[in-house]
Amino acid sequence: MVSAREVAETVADPELPMLTLADLGILREVTEDEDGAVVVTITPTYSGCPAMEVIRADLYAALRAAGYADVQIRTLLSPAWTTDWIGESGRRKLAEAGIAPPGPVRERAGGPVPVTLGPPRRRVTCPNCGAHDTEELSRFGSTACKALWRCDACREPFEHVKEL
Amino acid sequence: MTTFDPHATPPAADTDLPAGEVADASPGNAYEALNEGDDPRWAYGTGFADPLAGVDTRVPDGVDAADLAAYCLMLGDDALVMSHRLQEWCTRAPELEEEVALANIALDLLGQARLLLSRAGTADGSGRDEDALAFLRDAGDFRNVRLAEAVNGDFGHAMARLLVFSTWRLALLGHLTGSRDPVLAAVAVKGVKELTYHRDYAAGWVVRLGDGTAYSRERMREGFAAVWPFVPELFVPHEVESRLVVAGVAADPATVRAEFDAVLDQVLTAATLTRPPGTGPAEPLGRAGTHTEALSTLLSELQDIARTHPEATW
Repeated sequence: MVSAREVAETVADPELPMLTLADLGILREVTEDEDGAVVVTITPTYSGCPAMEVIRADLYAALRAAGYADVQIRTLLSPAWTTDWIGESGRRKLAEAGIAPPGPVRERAGGPVPVTLGPPRRRVTCPNCGAHDTEELSRFGSTACKALWRCDACREPFEHVKEL
Repeated sequence: MTTFDPHATPPAADTDLPAGEVADASPGNAYEALNEGDDPRWAYGTGFADPLAGVDTRVPDGVDAADLAAYCLMLGDDALVMSHRLQEWCTRAPELEEEVALANIALDLLGQARLLLSRAGTADGSGRDEDALAFLRDAGDFRNVRLAEAVNGDFGHAMARLLVFSTWRLALLGHLTGSRDPVLAAVAVKGVKELTYHRDYAAGWVVRLGDGTAYSRERMREGFAAVWPFVPELFVPHEVESRLVVAGVAADPATVRAEFDAVLDQVLTAATLTRPPGTGPAEPLGRAGTHTEALSTLLSELQDIARTHPEATW
């Protein structure tokens, strides 16, 4: 029998299906007791992530199909998910699928969050041609976690997983 | 899974059924076909809908559960009602990118509302879930600030309101990251990241329109004038908030005024605008259930289906 952790790690994210939940960093813990009861702990990307119900159901279905009869899916809100939890293989898979992976999240000192006026100063590499000459078209995109960018070298638009 | 052909003639077997019997997952019924077998990916009654599934929702020691529930309703209603106003821009925004942005911001706020309303229902022991709280309360039971319920107006007005709302809420949630209630603290940590994007978006448009053409400038100026009477209310604590500030659970709205003023001044200066004259009541009106007529109209739309078809599932 395949271990519960191995089964859970193969489940794909419904909105970024080139990534597993483990690649995305939202699979926090998988425990299995001696009676075979499995508890999977996941954390949402955004508060309103509409995929959470599908993710819970997909995990449940995969574990049931692998022979686990007693499966619980728990939500963990803290610590909050950050794009820094997307590992190297996840970043590579995103780029291969034409989605620019997120850069590192800047650590912020305490106190009020400063407001940003004007265009972002991040350098995002075009996932299609590798050029650095890119610009943000819209901070918000087709899913909560992505922004829309354009490459000024190859003129192709592309999506970028924004830093959170 | 059966394939669905929209042009196919319904199978003859359907017509041979005795009266009162319903065909079981026939190829002509796409919905039945979707729901076939026990595949739980189709979230019809899977039990996976609770946004706080598996989260420890015990009330911290020394915290009044009724106060905590009321406070979660305040913050949750702010997000729910503001989200609804933003959703009203769908199919009405000036450009597709703005529609996507406003819908994304509305989705973040709806997610915060779901967590906070669910928290309210578990804290007060009433067992009411997020749906009962969103759809089955009357306007007088809502605890949102009146800023959130005001009608949208034009795009300049919407950006003025979004800047004021997101600046105020970001400051509040910044303080709440240290709340003694672990659920509130966790919602706040995530919310701070989301609201930073919302505020930057609104600030960008305020600068672009304020420092734009004579016409866009006038629309922006009128937008702030319309929103300004709702600003004083944001910084006056309700008695529930005051008690929970002492208990280490709530953020005191009075203490976020300085941060709010600094951000508004920075954005207005960049937009070559000034604060509008005029003011409004400095009382926690919405927090006490005293609302404008706009909330009743909003709720009649928000709650219509849930009230017309009680306990319907799909």
